Amino acid sequence: MTFLNKYKDEIDEILSRYPVRRSALIPLLYVAQRDQGYVDESAMQEIAQLLKLTPPQVYETVTFYTMFNLKPVGKFHLQVCKSLMCALVGSDTVVEWIRAKLGIGPGETTADGLFTLSVVECLAACGTGPMMQANEDYYEQLTEDKLDRILADLRSAGTSPLKSGPFMWPEPVNSQGVNSEE
Amino acid sequence: MPQHELILLKSMMQPGYTGSLSDYEKTGGYHALRNALGKIAPADVTATVRKSGLRGRGGAGFPTGVKWGFLPKDYHGPRYLCCNADESEPGTFKDRQLMERDPHQVLEGIVLACYAIGAETAYIYIRGEMVLGSKILEHAIGEARAAGYIGKNILGTGINVDVWVHRGAGAYICGEETALLESLEGKRGLPRIKPPFPATHGLYNKPTVVNNVETLANLPHIMNRGAEWFAAIGSPPKSTGTRVFCVSGHVKRPGNYEVPMGITVRELVYEHAGGMRSDKPIKAFIPGGASAPFLTPAHLDVKLDFEHVAAAGSMLGSGGVTVMEEGTSMVWAALRLMEFFYHESCGKCSPCREGSSWLVQTLRRIMAKRGRMQDLETLLDLCKNIAGRTVCAFGDAEVAPIQSTLKHWRQEYVDLINEAETANLIRPEPVGATRERLS
Repeated sequence: MTFLNKYKDEIDEILSRYPVRRSALIPLLYVAQRDQGYVDESAMQEIAQLLKLTPPQVYETVTFYTMFNLKPVGKFHLQVCKSLMCALVGSDTVVEWIRAKLGIGPGETTADGLFTLSVVECLAACGTGPMMQANEDYYEQLTEDKLDRILADLRSAGTSPLKSGPFMWPEPVNSQGVNSEE
Repeated sequence: MPQHELILLKSMMQPGYTGSLSDYEKTGGYHALRNALGKIAPADVTATVRKSGLRGRGGAGFPTGVKWGFLPKDYHGPRYLCCNADESEPGTFKDRQLMERDPHQVLEGIVLACYAIGAETAYIYIRGEMVLGSKILEHAIGEARAAGYIGKNILGTGINVDVWVHRGAGAYICGEETALLESLEGKRGLPRIKPPFPATHGLYNKPTVVNNVETLANLPHIMNRGAEWFAAIGSPPKSTGTRVFCVSGHVKRPGNYEVPMGITVRELVYEHAGGMRSDKPIKAFIPGGASAPFLTPAHLDVKLDFEHVAAAGSMLGSGGVTVMEEGTSMVWAALRLMEFFYHESCGKCSPCREGSSWLVQTLRRIMAKRGRMQDLETLLDLCKNIAGRTVCAFGDAEVAPIQSTLKHWRQEYVDLINEAETANLIRPEPVGATRERLS
């Protein structure tokens, strides 16, 4: 019962939000994934016991949702949107840049375990494409130069100041910095 | 740019506005809540919203007040409100801005809606990828709770409303309201067969309303300024108020533009979004997210309201307007959207699950110049056997890109197939049902 004990307070708080325990399944899977980067079988077993579900009920849910990793991914999980709206403004090129710079294609991880690349469907940033998500952060209006800086920042600092803040686009006309990245 | 009053984006456009509780209160925030709770009867709130003509901003456009009215009057157990923040429709990115820049506007709408329908618990089902948005909302809920706008005995009125943020985990289908409820119950997001409708058998089988973020954000303004004020904006009587249109694609200034419903696509693209980025003419546009059929330059003067867009053969949907310039391959565009639908089909209904696979593979074959002329009939035949034959509207949505591009740009398909034949590549690649994920 390691995982449940480790996060006992947080898990109790999550359970208190719902009148039916099963509703806590996805939030608890997020806790498990945060713990070790992916959801393994022992975490699923523990969650099943806690929520009084069968292991298949947990497993079918984990595998339905694309955001749960069933095996380890790199320290930085790069997810490039390839849906039509981003593709119109060059998302396929971003995938090629990453392939050239990191030597990985979709679904692959660099040998040093730092970067995993996924090509994903729409992330709701269609007006500011091409874009990618790196772990929890969005990076939008990507250019090759910007991508270089993001990758360098991630390597050296684990995050990058180029990540998106609270979203608004276009910014109000009287504020500075419209298209400052271009 | 023609001037009109902003409603939803007004505060956040002010310099220095942070979306904090004090900023929101300074712009009149929570005034509607103070005025309504315990002072206006819940049924009268519903009546005001019905009279305003407000329709759902998530895609279906169902009248909000009417939806609330379907809840049973004589049921005294728990009821729920779910705020649909699972913004996943390709082309749509307005709810993200509304939540991240002015979260209290959404929260005030949620409390007002809960009051109107008698719910004491609301869940904000936000798409899993929007981690920042969920943190901002949770912070705002904390502020509102401390100020007495959310929680037990709100402002001493005896009314309780608790609000929780619940993150999804990357499934487009969970924007469909019954799939959202399944997902919130900790299950796979498979849409339910209706009836029964969520109004009577929703979350945990209790009466439930599911409303979109933008819909809820309108409520404080309607309560403050009255149903008549709101009903006069836009394209009355059936499309009242503003829409936050999300413009993407080949325009100079993509982004969110709040305008009264009923302006034309031409005005939206050329007067708000700055025109086309390369000054090439428009070849095609989608008026309401990926689920809406493509339209052509002949439709540039169609009014962007529910009725006129429907009459033009498409739908206003979620307000995601994607513009494509001359030179864009329509077969390629249809394929990109089809790959999205194939990836996101939940797998519950055979026509959609298997059909989307066949459609993607057939389109890929045509794009790879290995198509045959009879593939066009195959495509249309498949579309006919998917639309209207599934539990939810996803089936209708996924055939829209193919049917509409085949209708308006059939020659592009024919040209690709002719190239295949002249290149002597008529041996088609096999197409068949497969479990393998293509992307």
